[in-house]
Amino acid sequence: MAWLLNLLQVILFVATAPLLAGWIKKLKCWSQNRMAPSVLQPYRDLFKLIRKETVVAEGASWIFHMAPYIIFSVAVLAAAIVPLVAVQLPTARLADVIVLVGFFALARFFQALAGLDIGTAFGGMGSSREMTVASLAEPAMLMAVFTLAVSMSTTNLSAAIATLLHEPLTIRPSFVFAGLGLALVAVAETGCIPVDNPATHLELTMIHEAMILEYSGHHLALIEWAAQIRMMIYAVLLANIFMPWGLADNFGLAALGWGMIAILVKLVGITVVLVLAEAVLAKMRLFRAQHFLGFAYLLALLGMLTHVILEVG
Amino acid sequence: MIRNLVATTIRQTRLKARQGLSFASGELKSHPQVLIALTAGLVLVSAYWGIEGKDAALPFSLLAVAFSLASGFLGLGADRHPRLLRHASFLLLGLSGIAGLLGGGTALIGRAAVDLSLPLGLPWLDWNLHIDALSGFFLCVISVVLLAVSVFGPHYVREYEHGTHPLSLLALATGLFIAGMQLVLLAADAFFFMIAWELMSVASYFLVAYTHEHAANRHAAFIYLLMAEIGALFIILAYGVLVGFGDGFTFAAMKQATLTPLWASVAFVLALIGFGMKAGIVPLHAWLPEAHPVAPSHISALMSGVMLKIAVYGFIRFTFDLLGDLLWQWGVVVLVLGAASAVLGVLYALMQHNLKRLLAYHSVENIGIIFMGLGLAILFYSDGHPTLGAIGLIAALCHTLNHAIFKSLLFLGAGVILQRSHESDIERMGGLIHRMPVTAVLFLIGCISISALPPFNGFVSEWLTYQAALQVSALDSGVLRSFVPVTAAMLALSGGLAAACFVKVFGVVFLGKPRSHHAQHTRRLESSAAIAGMGWLAGLCLLLGVLPTPLVRLLEGLTVQLTGSGLPETASRGWMWLAPVSADTASYAALGVMLAMGLAWMLSYEWLHPGHEHPEREAYPWDCGFGALTPRMEYTASAFAMPFRRIFADSFVVHEEIEKQSADADGLKVTGIRYRLHVSDLLWRWFYEPVERWLRWSVRHIGRLQTGNIRVYLGYSFFTLIFLLWVIS
Repeated sequence: MAWLLNLLQVILFVATAPLLAGWIKKLKCWSQNRMAPSVLQPYRDLFKLIRKETVVAEGASWIFHMAPYIIFSVAVLAAAIVPLVAVQLPTARLADVIVLVGFFALARFFQALAGLDIGTAFGGMGSSREMTVASLAEPAMLMAVFTLAVSMSTTNLSAAIATLLHEPLTIRPSFVFAGLGLALVAVAETGCIPVDNPATHLELTMIHEAMILEYSGHHLALIEWAAQIRMMIYAVLLANIFMPWGLADNFGLAALGWGMIAILVKLVGITVVLVLAEAVLAKMRLFRAQHFLGFAYLLALLGMLTHVILEVG
Repeated sequence: MIRNLVATTIRQTRLKARQGLSFASGELKSHPQVLIALTAGLVLVSAYWGIEGKDAALPFSLLAVAFSLASGFLGLGADRHPRLLRHASFLLLGLSGIAGLLGGGTALIGRAAVDLSLPLGLPWLDWNLHIDALSGFFLCVISVVLLAVSVFGPHYVREYEHGTHPLSLLALATGLFIAGMQLVLLAADAFFFMIAWELMSVASYFLVAYTHEHAANRHAAFIYLLMAEIGALFIILAYGVLVGFGDGFTFAAMKQATLTPLWASVAFVLALIGFGMKAGIVPLHAWLPEAHPVAPSHISALMSGVMLKIAVYGFIRFTFDLLGDLLWQWGVVVLVLGAASAVLGVLYALMQHNLKRLLAYHSVENIGIIFMGLGLAILFYSDGHPTLGAIGLIAALCHTLNHAIFKSLLFLGAGVILQRSHESDIERMGGLIHRMPVTAVLFLIGCISISALPPFNGFVSEWLTYQAALQVSALDSGVLRSFVPVTAAMLALSGGLAAACFVKVFGVVFLGKPRSHHAQHTRRLESSAAIAGMGWLAGLCLLLGVLPTPLVRLLEGLTVQLTGSGLPETASRGWMWLAPVSADTASYAALGVMLAMGLAWMLSYEWLHPGHEHPEREAYPWDCGFGALTPRMEYTASAFAMPFRRIFADSFVVHEEIEKQSADADGLKVTGIRYRLHVSDLLWRWFYEPVERWLRWSVRHIGRLQTGNIRVYLGYSFFTLIFLLWVIS
């Protein structure tokens, strides 16, 4: 039963990720006084891309062909161990939060390789920048989730959140720091302003888009979808680690219903904050990103230190 | 399209396997005596094993040493008969690997503790041999790599057959080097340990200096020998402290020694410097990136994959076995050095363009990770948490084996690449995935493993190290509690950078367009032997990544024998689960992850792959409309690493030079640009140059004592005599 519900949750996760992307796009348009496309637009785009002819650059090796599938399937697996509506996921025992970070790293590894595969300058540029940003963001993310892991003395994401859920409401200073750190990492890793701007038309300022410039058709659909899933994972992580209230801790129908409503409200809140931040900030120069990520790293480390110094013993 | 590509790769792999098999079966058919000998050997070995049980560990290990020595001495005739090296010498090395695996495996599984003393050596001191689970485990580490090298080697050394270098030297030094490493593990007294240690160091010096016609190689070999000998001096002094407080040279006597914390710390620091110098921890790593690239590739694999691990063995034996009571300050020192090695090693590796040099710097990083595990173990043991200490120790040992496997794989891969493309600079490679598809797959497995990505083996040991670090709340002292997470953050940073570095390596070497004439005309030939050697290691990478629990359980037995404490719940959830602390704290089922990954991949392929009605079309890549993309427009390795060079600028010494040639006087019309970049190790400037200056200064001043006048020397003797008499009275 638990496995079945877990599977349903994964399907829900994967299926609603484009919806979240559509909603963010809508909010962005509203914040910029533009006409907004329907929230279903990302689904139409994905559908269109899957049906379109796939153009592959000359000289591509199997890495280029395999990478989209690896990226997509790893994103789905990562989604499987993040509690969306309910905790007590059986899959979370298979892979803990360190594996989650490992999954992100694996997907990025193949994406960067695919960027280098054709041998164009843009692909290499994107790969190099992506790996730079990621290698600074990954430790920050690990430290942020380690704060949770050490506080709850488990690296099992679902169990940690379940423990947190049953605790009386307390504001932990360590979580404030760690949450801020993770939020900055999420901004950097999902290609948002101020680190990256996926809507740009200038290849020279691209990070993520430069890597996937050669992709088209169903390959591109897979990569886009995986990126939407990743965006959703970060949003759900932020929502459920630092505001776990409302998550279902059993698989009863009422609890699940409340869990749905809770996550919906939390995601709406987070996306509004994200879009407002994007609206008021400008994109940074690439070599300012290190300060941004260094700050995230510092915040996450501070969270950890606050915990081990103030909250233990 | 994709089906074609994957199918071609699979077909080639299968073809290679079939060729190898048919060759082997053909050989066996034509020489039935080989088959009979093999069967007889197998029967004898298993009979002996059945009778002796775990006492067979030592005889098998000695057999391994004998095979290595025989391989070396048989190879002396290789100058006249090169086939002797190719066939007999490497065959004996392979047998040595099998015997070592049997002996080490028996010791590790059976937790044997067998002693033997040989009536050799000093009149009052026999050569004492001892094998237990710890030495057995490291013997397995040697043997696993040795097996790969013995398969890989015969084809690889053909290159040297037409050279001017004596093959006999290569064979002899290799045999002695391996025998030395094996004897270090078996030694049970300080005297014999040092003999074996020096045998290993000096024999490997000859291997580093093998292609000595280049001045740079001679320089590298000299630095290597110098640092190896300085390290050996420190080890002798460390043993000296223990011998002074105990009553004998044997390890058993040393264990009985009761030391004050001060003397114990002195012995520990001496051992840390001595073994650390051989292991290559920062700042004692200077010899490593010089020496490893210079040796022939199969030797580099042995040096980087195995020899550094022998130093780790020495450190573990000295600290955990001989010293006994651990102090938390040692843990802090080891943890700091480990973290520094991990981060600096990978940063310097990112800046390298020479493939083997880059891999050598990565050894510094991985040794750092191993030492972090050991540091955590010391911290937890000294703080009275033996179970948590055992996790740290197991993480370190696990990473020792894993690093041995993937680093040897990468070095062997580098050997194939260098031999085929005749380039050592990765800026001049590219597109090799089309030329060497099978090698590319195996090398990619090595890259993924070393970048600590699931589901391969590097991830497992880093996961264990994180688990050890996350048990920080158990520590009593608040200072230590806040210090451990900082080092965990360093480990996380080094992991991220390592992934970036191997994207660079694989991307620049194998992907893209060929960047030079040589790379473009690389021979398509991939030898079955080389692929078999690398395939064995790559298979182990996957196997240990997917099924780590049996290994962890064996290592748990090792820690129980060594320190008396194991993990409470490793096995509580069955063979598939890795749960070092407890099932609730953390669990990782690598096989489940692997299967889920495969399932997700298959489903996404099945559902989202367009059928034949939507074929893929090949087209020219996007060139901004300027036309004709050339390899010169590709991103280079230096360009890839440029952001890191800029962000971590304080960690390097960067010399950057741009020369512009212009046709006119104003310099407005540029005809050519020359860009020179040289990134070097900061520690040369901060550590080695001051040490060298100080040494020169002190030598100059001490040298003033030598007046060259006989009367002054007689005066010195006289006063020394008076002084000594005064001391005695």
